[in-house]
Amino acid sequence: MPWRLLKYGLKSSHNEPRFFPEAKPLKPHYDVVIIGGGGHGMACAYYLAKEHGITNVAVLEQGYIGGGNTGRNTTIVRSNYLTPEGVKFYDTSLKLFEDLSDDFDLNIFYSTRGHFTLAHTDSALRTMRWRAEVNKHHGIESEVVDRDFIAKEVPYMDLDCAGTHPVMGALYHAPGAVARHDAVAWGYARGAYNRGVEIHQKTRVTAIRTQGDKVTGVETDRGFVSCNKVVSMVAGSTPRITSMLGLETPIEIFPLQACVSEPVKPFMDTIVVSGSLHVYVSQSSRGEMVMGASMDPSVLHSTRSSFNFVEGLTDQMIDLFPFMSRMKVMRQWAGMSDITPDFAPIMGKTPIDGFYLDAGWGTWGFKATPVSGKTLAWTLANDRNHELIEPFRLSRFTDFELVGEKGAASVGH
Amino acid sequence: MKVFDCPVIGPRPISEFDYGGEVRRPPMEADAPSWAAYVFNRQGAPGLLREWWYHRPTGRWYVMERDTLKDEVVRFIDLEEVRYDIPA
Ligand SMILES: Cc1cc2nc3c(=O)[nH]c(=O)nc-3n(C[C@H](O)[C@H](O)[C@H](O)COP(=O)(O)OP(=O)(O)OC[C@H]3O[C@@H](n4cnc5c(N)ncnc54)[C@H](O)[C@@H]3O)c2cc1C
Repeated sequence: MPWRLLKYGLKSSHNEPRFFPEAKPLKPHYDVVIIGGGGHGMACAYYLAKEHGITNVAVLEQGYIGGGNTGRNTTIVRSNYLTPEGVKFYDTSLKLFEDLSDDFDLNIFYSTRGHFTLAHTDSALRTMRWRAEVNKHHGIESEVVDRDFIAKEVPYMDLDCAGTHPVMGALYHAPGAVARHDAVAWGYARGAYNRGVEIHQKTRVTAIRTQGDKVTGVETDRGFVSCNKVVSMVAGSTPRITSMLGLETPIEIFPLQACVSEPVKPFMDTIVVSGSLHVYVSQSSRGEMVMGASMDPSVLHSTRSSFNFVEGLTDQMIDLFPFMSRMKVMRQWAGMSDITPDFAPIMGKTPIDGFYLDAGWGTWGFKATPVSGKTLAWTLANDRNHELIEPFRLSRFTDFELVGEKGAASVGH
Repeated sequence: MKVFDCPVIGPRPISEFDYGGEVRRPPMEADAPSWAAYVFNRQGAPGLLREWWYHRPTGRWYVMERDTLKDEVVRFIDLEEVRYDIPA
């Protein structure tokens, strides 16, 4: 046991510095109000202050920092997407991730693992070749590998999957990584706070006030605050916010569940995903097997978790890793994922002047935390969509310019 | 196992049903933006949602109204209610 822990254990009080002091009263006016204190909201606040000198900013969070999907996600970070727009965007994020621990002076436990997406069918292998080509064209390490390669890198996996759906090959993405989700949200939050941004937890936005087509402020359960610009970064609560403005979007909310096993000694240093079996797994730095599946089949605004999920997931997982049948599931939970028809996000300006969206993050938005914050901060500062997010604008649906990312985003996260 | 008490075929495991999504009525004559809105936009906020459900073993579609906050079916809809004529 570390000495410091023992010392604190024996003392009745200690003065470990708080990350953020207690909340102050809300100011009557801010230049920018950010709704949602998840990773995205905190990152946006951080880059607004750091890169654009905009510090009269409030982040309003109805619960606690990172208590939404940020704190519920399985933290896979990768950039081997399918569309050129997606690949460029996520790769920018991955590069930002690599420097975050230094930026924050806080260990975010960024751990490069290598990411395998298994193919059990010819058609899956075909999509992987396509992805590998797009990826390589954009300078991203991404290869289709054969069974021998997988057998060497993941020797404890049953490549025949108990004989039912043998693995034929995989898409291998060496830079695939995991990170500590809370540390990312907290690191951004502390950096934003130190530069003058206000963070108000337990503050819920209940309405958005407009005059004509322009935002004038937000109502909260702690009173009204006026502001020039509002950005909604609330993931699974997005339709509740957009409906305050009568703004229609294609976003639908589906629960996404995950679970962890009891901790075991480290044995797995890669991330393994199977789109066909709808499961994925990595081992956390604490030794737990972090496991997830595809989202629940029907719309639901709830974070309830189900027995069906664990039953279905473990059934497939044991085919891949038979020895896991002896492990116990320790915890399971769910988040509300905001799904779009093309599995790409919705970002930037909206028809309402001063109202910006960062949404449609579905099951894949943790890896986008840095780049979303950075590009949205730029967009807020310049009142113009950053070039990286232009393909993800809300009006792509009326322009019939969708960004078909489903082949790379649905189970792979 | 969760069971849905279907007024037509009686109690059935929920796992026998496939989700067909929100019931929407196409605008018969409309400009491109209205068509885009019909095709892509959804009633995303929580509340009562009218949706299609397909019962796999018997091969039949149903329409139900479900509370998407509580996950409770509140009304079973007669298909006549959602029927519309396709212009000749
Ligand atoms: C089980 C699971 C696994 C996942 N795995 C991965 C993965 O491996 N890799 C990956 O890249 N992504 C993954 N994701 C997706 C990822 O978690 C999300 O896309 C991402 O965390 C979204 O971050 P955010 O900051 O936008 O939203 P959130 O973290 O959800 O933050 C939004 C915040 O807004 C607050 N809020 C909502 N309404 C209001 C209001 N009216 N007023 C004030 N505050 C409000 C909420 O309380 C919440 O804290 C996963 C998601 C889930 C659920």
